Amino acid sequence: MISILGKIALSLQTFRSHRLRSFLTTLGIIIGVTTVIAILSLIEGLNRTVAEQVQALGSDLIYIQKFTWISTGHRDLDKLAERPDLVPADAEAINQLSSVEIAVPTISRQLSNLRYRDEEISNVSVAGSNENYSYVNNYLVESGRDFTRDDITHRRSLGIIGSYVAANLFPDESPIGKDLMVEGHRIKIIGVFKEKGQFLGNSLDDFVLIPNTVFEKFFPRSRTSLFARVYGGYSIGVKPKTSDVEKTLDDIRELMRRRHGLGFDKEDDFELNTQQMLMDLYQNITRVGFIAIVAIAAISLVVGGIGIMNIMLVSVAERTREIGIRKAVGASNQYILSQFLTESIILALIGGIIGIGFGMLLAALISTVSPLKAAVSFWMVLLGFGFSAAVGIFFGIYPARRAAGLNPIEALRYE
Amino acid sequence: MMARNRVICRAVDVTKRYWRGKVAVDALRGVSLEIKSNDYVSIMGVSGSGKSTLIHILSCLDTPTSGEYYLEDKLVSNYTDEELARVRNTFFGFVFQSFSLLPRLTALDNVALPLIYAGTKKQDRILRAQEILEKIGLGDRMSHRPNEMSGGECQRVAIGRALVNNPRVIFADEPTGNLDSKTGAEIMEILDRLVDEGNTVVMVTHDSSLAAHAKKTVKLKDGMIEND
Repeated sequence: MISILGKIALSLQTFRSHRLRSFLTTLGIIIGVTTVIAILSLIEGLNRTVAEQVQALGSDLIYIQKFTWISTGHRDLDKLAERPDLVPADAEAINQLSSVEIAVPTISRQLSNLRYRDEEISNVSVAGSNENYSYVNNYLVESGRDFTRDDITHRRSLGIIGSYVAANLFPDESPIGKDLMVEGHRIKIIGVFKEKGQFLGNSLDDFVLIPNTVFEKFFPRSRTSLFARVYGGYSIGVKPKTSDVEKTLDDIRELMRRRHGLGFDKEDDFELNTQQMLMDLYQNITRVGFIAIVAIAAISLVVGGIGIMNIMLVSVAERTREIGIRKAVGASNQYILSQFLTESIILALIGGIIGIGFGMLLAALISTVSPLKAAVSFWMVLLGFGFSAAVGIFFGIYPARRAAGLNPIEALRYE
Repeated sequence: MMARNRVICRAVDVTKRYWRGKVAVDALRGVSLEIKSNDYVSIMGVSGSGKSTLIHILSCLDTPTSGEYYLEDKLVSNYTDEELARVRNTFFGFVFQSFSLLPRLTALDNVALPLIYAGTKKQDRILRAQEILEKIGLGDRMSHRPNEMSGGECQRVAIGRALVNNPRVIFADEPTGNLDSKTGAEIMEILDRLVDEGNTVVMVTHDSSLAAHAKKTVKLKDGMIEND
């Protein structure tokens, strides 16, 4: 039998004699594949960025809070407000669990004001916790020192600041040993955290950490608003000892239920939040986007495929005499079929290749003008190829069969 | 070459009916015919006499409605499309009235076309086509396309294409119909020479002066042979 190379050569020759027509025919495929590649690579890039950030945050942490991070539907704040506050004693108890490495209570307030001499910054958060906070949350004290147990128990008015605060209030001098006004309360800075970057667009460095005992003294718990009652209290961050997070979750749940005196028939009055839950939620959201994109792309590929089918039917009609001559001198139906099929597949593949190129270009372009980072994977290129080849076969088979089925005598007479 | 007088094609009581809309047309009504090796047969008849239908069946471009058609004692009238394509490729050469060359191919590629379907290697295809073109006096036209050649040259290319696979029979359907008389005479000379060299030629014509070139004339009227 004749080699596939011969058929490909003949196809390319045909396209050369109909350059504009061939290009216009592939336009649908080009646009479809360009869209798929560009958007998939942006989603992939976003996924990688988020995954990296969660990794940096310490993805295995468990947070015990009154509220869940991931709510489905309406949140009944009245009910949440009635739940008992979490307290540092809970953290102490959880610390005793064999599956827990360390548990740390943290309480915080947002939108606070910091002042050093005449310099002032607002919109930073103040967190109250203990000497284990930095370890559990992956913070490193870059200069100065961390808290000690004594700092906490003796309610020393000390603070460790994030790198954002250091850079903005102390651009030219060391913050260590300086007095900082936190909402009008004086603390002495003993350390600076190493920069940690951002998570989902939020800076992780614009805060000041003080002992939770001092926090309680400075900012007595307000119970006036529903919001404060739900979100204002302690949350307890737990670093599990083993990689078996489920076991740790079970242990904590059991312990907390006992501490809150809940019977068998009572629901939990606390929530266990993990960063994995956030990751799962995020991936669910992007998966929906992913499916939507694929659906849109499929539509444009179908449109492109119909374009190919249309032009192949025109081509078959135009070349009826040629088909007759070829059949007369011995071309089999099979040969004619595969010749036309090769043409439609190559048309679609050329569209696919151009689309992959444009898609990568578009993704790169979006990467440079926006904070989104594109990442083109090999599987996307394969997907682009596979899609366009499938379109070429699916929409090429009917015209090709029509060409192959032509009666040689009628085809020879065709003018 | 092949032994003389050996029967190549044998049609036995062949009929052909086709439908023009709802009207049945009996193009052939029982034709029996033998073509022997080195025959030079002309098939004559007026338009509608069935001569084109007969040559289509003899050359396996079409199949009979009833009757039998044998090629070298093999019954081919019940062959599939694929088998018929193979037969056309290996047994026959075709010369058409309207040349029927592929316009985008050079003379060389047009001549070599049947060899592609025979699965001949590219190198051998080129050598064989060059040899044929030299033989029919078109050695200097190899890279010309049909629209760059005269009608006579085009028909010679078509004859070259018919010869390239060493066919048992060359079928020529009104080969001079689109040519002026001088060029037509040149083409007839080539066909005569091919028969002298031992080839078998079957020609359809309505021109009795052309038919006179042949050794044997089959006259068709209303789908039947008048005399032999």
